[in-house]
Amino acid sequence: MTVEIGIIRFPGSNCEFDAAEAVTQLGGLARMLWHEDPDIGGVDGIIIPGGFAHGDYLRPGAIARFSPVMNGVRSFAAEGGPVIGICNGFQILTESGLLPGALQKNAGLKFRCEMTELRVEATSTALTNQAEVGSILRIPINHFEGNYTCDPETLAELRGEDRVVIRYVSNPNGSTDDIAGICSEGRNVVGLMPHPERACLEVLGSVDGLVLMSSVLAAAGVHQLAPVAPR
Amino acid sequence: MVFDVAVEVRLKAGVSDPQGATIERSLPALGFDGMSGVRVGKIIRFAIDATDEAAALGSVEDVCRRFLTNPVIEDAAITVTAGAVV
Repeated sequence: MTVEIGIIRFPGSNCEFDAAEAVTQLGGLARMLWHEDPDIGGVDGIIIPGGFAHGDYLRPGAIARFSPVMNGVRSFAAEGGPVIGICNGFQILTESGLLPGALQKNAGLKFRCEMTELRVEATSTALTNQAEVGSILRIPINHFEGNYTCDPETLAELRGEDRVVIRYVSNPNGSTDDIAGICSEGRNVVGLMPHPERACLEVLGSVDGLVLMSSVLAAAGVHQLAPVAPR
Repeated sequence: MVFDVAVEVRLKAGVSDPQGATIERSLPALGFDGMSGVRVGKIIRFAIDATDEAAALGSVEDVCRRFLTNPVIEDAAITVTAGAVV
């Protein structure tokens, strides 16, 4: 059965169609969800795309976390469903408390929009289950607030539990421990600043995002078949 | 009773402040000597209707914790004063 990926749109999202295109390209169904939806409509996986939800007012993700659809995302994440936050989506996940830490302004105060090299550090996550540890992926970044920050205890926990999913080969933003992406304890919620959905066609300069997007679809397929754990 | 509220949102001690660091680095070049420890925050002002100052403060602390600050990297200095009668 085809997997269906829900892509959440907030006022100010701007990467939702790129994400949908990548999902469709890989044979999945992409369904747009609106931030005011009361639930996630039974999809098999969730992508929170990049952009500037609610204009990034107050802090990126600070207002988005209170959107009604986020209650559905929280329940889905608690059931083990794959939830991927890309860029602004990562910021929304940290603000929501679904991932630890915070995304600070880039060191150097530059908006960084460029191709980066990433090293896959952990598999068995909803984003990297088709990738190999140590492989290098060329995937672009496009952010001002991507400087991952957390306290030393959280960092020790992330490292100890193998939850740093991808690192920058060359740190572009001052991110703690070169972190580009992390996952939840259950490894089903993953946030990353780089944009894998923008690296899925040769014409875009890289197809290295495909292995990550394929992983999301694979995780969604597994979740679709899994009996829902009683909560 | 209406109270005027000022919330100063600050980066916690130890959290790097790229804006503060940039300002601090530019000071000597502009001829301002002897200034250090620059930190950039933001101030949020609003009015609140509450039975008394303690109740006002309680509500403000709550909204700071849940919304106005990100407790991972920020804290808040709160000032509550009895508002002018309009």
